[in-house]
Amino acid sequence: MSKVAVHFDLNGKARSEFVDGGATLLDLLRTRIGDMSPKAGCLQGSCGCCTVLIDGEPRLACITLAEDVQGREVETARGLPDGAGRLHPLQQAFIDGFATQCGFCTPGMLMAAKALLNRKPNPTRADVIDAISGNFCRCTGYAPIIDAILAAAEAGRAA
Amino acid sequence: MTLRYLRYADVADAASGAARPGARILGGGTLLVRDINMGDVSFDTLIRIEDPATTAIDNVPGGAISLGGGVTMARVVSEPALAWLAPAALSVGGPAVRAMATVAGNLHAPAPYGDFATALLALDAKVVLHDETALIDLPIQDFLAHRRALHARHPIRAVRFHAPPGHSFRFRKVSRTRVKGLAVMTLAIVLPTDADGLIRGARIACGALAETPVRIVGAEAALEGRSLTPDSIEAAIAASVGEINPVDDAIASAWYRRAVFPVHLRRMLAGDAA
Amino acid sequence: MMRIEKSYFADERDDDLHEIGQPRQRADVLGHVTGITSFYADRNHEGMLHLKMVRSPHHHARIRSIDISAAAAHPGVRRVLLAADVPHNIYTILSFIGILPEDEPVLAFDKVRWMGEPVAAVLADSPRAAAEAVALVQVDYDPLPAIFDVEEAMQPGAPLVNEYHGQNWYAYDSGDARKVRLGDVAKGFAEADVVLEQRYQSSPIEQAPSETSGCVVVPDQNGRFTCYTGTQAMFFSLTNAAIILDVPESKLHFVGGTVGGGFGGKTDTVCEPIAILASMVTGQAISFQFNRHEEMQMSSPRAAERIYLKHGVMKDGRIVACEVRCYVDSGAYSRLSPYGTNKAAAHFPGPYTIPNVAIDAYCVYTNRTPSSAMRGFGCTIGDFALEVQMDKLARLIGMDPLEFRFINAYRDGDMKAHHQPTEGAALIECMQEAAKIAHWPVDPRFMAMSSRKGS
Repeated sequence: MSKVAVHFDLNGKARSEFVDGGATLLDLLRTRIGDMSPKAGCLQGSCGCCTVLIDGEPRLACITLAEDVQGREVETARGLPDGAGRLHPLQQAFIDGFATQCGFCTPGMLMAAKALLNRKPNPTRADVIDAISGNFCRCTGYAPIIDAILAAAEAGRAA
Repeated sequence: MTLRYLRYADVADAASGAARPGARILGGGTLLVRDINMGDVSFDTLIRIEDPATTAIDNVPGGAISLGGGVTMARVVSEPALAWLAPAALSVGGPAVRAMATVAGNLHAPAPYGDFATALLALDAKVVLHDETALIDLPIQDFLAHRRALHARHPIRAVRFHAPPGHSFRFRKVSRTRVKGLAVMTLAIVLPTDADGLIRGARIACGALAETPVRIVGAEAALEGRSLTPDSIEAAIAASVGEINPVDDAIASAWYRRAVFPVHLRRMLAGDAA
Repeated sequence: MMRIEKSYFADERDDDLHEIGQPRQRADVLGHVTGITSFYADRNHEGMLHLKMVRSPHHHARIRSIDISAAAAHPGVRRVLLAADVPHNIYTILSFIGILPEDEPVLAFDKVRWMGEPVAAVLADSPRAAAEAVALVQVDYDPLPAIFDVEEAMQPGAPLVNEYHGQNWYAYDSGDARKVRLGDVAKGFAEADVVLEQRYQSSPIEQAPSETSGCVVVPDQNGRFTCYTGTQAMFFSLTNAAIILDVPESKLHFVGGTVGGGFGGKTDTVCEPIAILASMVTGQAISFQFNRHEEMQMSSPRAAERIYLKHGVMKDGRIVACEVRCYVDSGAYSRLSPYGTNKAAAHFPGPYTIPNVAIDAYCVYTNRTPSSAMRGFGCTIGDFALEVQMDKLARLIGMDPLEFRFINAYRDGDMKAHHQPTEGAALIECMQEAAKIAHWPVDPRFMAMSSRKGS
């Protein structure tokens, strides 16, 4: 039962961890490193609560093997604030727009939204809907989340 | 017992590696890693193919397009020359799933998955498989008919197909949740026409209505040599009904699928908006 | 944007509200967007063991024997718990407030009554080892005929789901059903111009929260155990766990209140007792999380209901008689369904004043997943049936559906079917406001009505 070394970048910091073969990225983040922001909602890749960014692209940590982030940049919701601890415009927009209730889907939603705004700073409503189409929310009915992402995009353009 | 994760830079070697019992070839992981998470202990080795041949998108002499088995849905969406095929890739899931799901994975995915495979069936694709010693070119119908036996040891190197002429490729996935749900049914249609505008060699494929995606040959024959009119469309519908074999699943009952199949097929052929 | 419409009941209001009606930030929203909010599973402990349940694959079966030897010997497995290991192997959701029945085990031992019923708890050092060991537990089942339909379950000769009850329905003090009677429905139907009887049916509905049910238990000092849990019912769950484990409540420390979606689906204390027991016998931290399949199929859903509604109306719109027969599908065990059925009985005939009412609400046992609470527990499905029926009745007599409801709306002082006078009614005012906002034309005499003129 040998372990594999994985060297990668997490939220801007270099990390080196040992993982079991077949361990998922979600295991690595939550159990090894203690970043609890990506959540285990289904472990099937259906709910999106484990959404993280890998090299800027949205990925489902629960069905990504830990070894597959070798040499890559991984981002979670814990890395959203800037170096001085100021909230990312998306985080502020979610607060202002009542876009979170129980909070369980929120980290995944934020990362899916960030992936969108990274490549499309001026998204349409349809773009936002597609961007979060893999993220389930059982509380808000999605409309406040869509509005918050559009508001964050606007705030980002104004900044 | 922990899992072993083996990587192969050469897809032929991967075929050998996959021959051992308890091994499974990994596509994007959307189905296989899910199974591990859900407590499937029937396999203990995962095979990752890192051969560039499986992630290439190429134009092949003769005008065919080749997609590597490891090409993701996201890459299909972003490839300008495949813009006509993007609706099929976009239907597979949300952005994260599309960044992971592969052509090969979708070809092996059991119903009601397999939306991209349904499109490939309508495109009359060839599936290029690795045997341990050779490459095999299979018509997609043959692949689908034998895919369970082929799964373990015959990695898919690529699929090849010709881009359909003009705007003759139509695709629609019918799902219960409006944005990205599992398929109630998927329809992919290619309707080539001759110089007189008559249909020659129609290909009508549907997914989630049988154990694998299937061609509705009765409807295809009913349209041969005709143009799309209310009469020819009704003839195609009438000829299609016996060719599907839907089952009950968590998404829809067989009864419902049978009831709405002709409705959606009619809309696709008549060109109505969704 | 939300607003409080203050013109209604203005004389009852001090109008000194500073918080209600103003947008205010939730206390936990900063934690949610920074990923700091701590759900029960957001913790790791050295040596934590994973609990996976062995569950019945049959809807209804006797258990002849259980062999855990291969599972217990599997690499990585610490222990396999069976019914005999549970100090008080009865899960009685409301026993501590004196409400029985004690009809459900924590772990099954002689019989399983629904597909998914827990039989054994495997404790292992990894989820995979636990899953492998679950597959190694050998249970010798003798399948029995199963019953899934509420009315068939009440027929003589139907398979008996639960020997505790001796019949497939809960015995209320009022008999086989919770009964409500007002006036004389036979007379009312005889006088009515039009009578409509319809059957309504709902399916079990899964709350499907994003976070699955579960808990993490950590042994503490002085023989105490800390249980991080996603339950919606903290004190409730703590007391139930103490009863099942036969320990003083002071030995248990429940930490929670942060729930990743509950909607009523996390009010059954099915995870905590067995997980705490596992921690007691191993001395290790224990993680017990429902996977998504367990959450969807094994956690309790909203009860399916079959409702027969019979209404008698006059051509002028007055409902003069209402007869309800409601069958609530409790599944294999009671949990909160006798209570929910009670609520259903009281909730019919809806916010309408009807002089003659007869309601029989049955809590029926079938070999389905035990049902329990979900939003509007006991009332929501009844409302669906009632309001569809109201629309049909209005159409039958050629009346606008909103005006039909104005005619029958309850008002302060009206006697409800369960013999409580109506107080604080506001249906009329809500409909008036809705008509304004929706530009729904309504005769002026209805827009002048008030809930405060009692009949």
